[in-house]
Amino acid sequence: MQELSMHILDIVQNSLAAGATRVEIRIREALAEDLLMIVVKDNGRGISQEVLSRVMDPFFTSRTTREVGLGLSLFKEATERTGGYLEVHSEEGKGAWVIARFRLDHFDRAPLGDMGETLGVLISGNPEVDFFYEHRVDDQIYFLETREMREILGPVGLDDPSVLDFVRQDIQIGLKKIGAATFPKVMEVLR
Amino acid sequence: MNVEELKKIREKTQREMDLRNGEKAIKVVVGMGTCGIAAGARPVMAAIKDELARQNAKNVTVIQSGCAGFCEQEPLMDIFRPGEKKVTYGKVSPDKARKIVVEHILGGRVVNEFVFAQEK
Repeated sequence: MQELSMHILDIVQNSLAAGATRVEIRIREALAEDLLMIVVKDNGRGISQEVLSRVMDPFFTSRTTREVGLGLSLFKEATERTGGYLEVHSEEGKGAWVIARFRLDHFDRAPLGDMGETLGVLISGNPEVDFFYEHRVDDQIYFLETREMREILGPVGLDDPSVLDFVRQDIQIGLKKIGAATFPKVMEVLR
Repeated sequence: MNVEELKKIREKTQREMDLRNGEKAIKVVVGMGTCGIAAGARPVMAAIKDELARQNAKNVTVIQSGCAGFCEQEPLMDIFRPGEKKVTYGKVSPDKARKIVVEHILGGRVVNEFVFAQEK
């Protein structure tokens, strides 16, 4: 996975598979602390303590279609390359949350990638699920909430093709406005 | 979030909805497991939605599934047309997806060169 937005899409697929009806994605960039934090929280059925102790193991998976579970281990690897870490917490029956911590300007920090397309695909492919996306850069905030979108759109479903386009553009413009760091600074210089 | 832009979408789309039958008869499933995402399922899904919008096709539901166990064939795309057998396309790219939308989903002609499996 070359982009953090792909990892986020993958982690949220786990939430959806666990029956989540609400998924929150919060990204925080703290420039002075050189910190990028991604938190994905859901209200799905959660993970048992036994499974929780093995979720980072690439050779463990709860699915039956293949024998490896690469999603979380790849995400963990992406955090550790920058000196960060990944934590997975859960309370059975109440949901799970994943916290990924990166050094924002580390040379090996993967680019954020296309968050617009990730959210667009998630929302339009799962119109019944409530998604909340918040991106902070110090005190600047961008957010998107599907509950509010649903109220405004009325009879027009979130799976309407025009909604994906709206989400993509709104996030792209919103992140630019708050100065979100797509790439680490050192990579911006090299590009 | 740009609320005004959303209101415009509602007005425009609602006018179109009034003119058509709201039944969503055709179903498309895109594999969105870790293997699918790593192989490019996200831009494929976006291309399908985009092409459906370009063709003004409103009777198609696009949903996501997890890993089907054929990771080397990802991104996978299943097409369910009413009264027809399921067709699964493998190693789909955004360009292939657009062609499948136009020829198979809307035109009813299977694009044999991209087929991975077909229900007997």
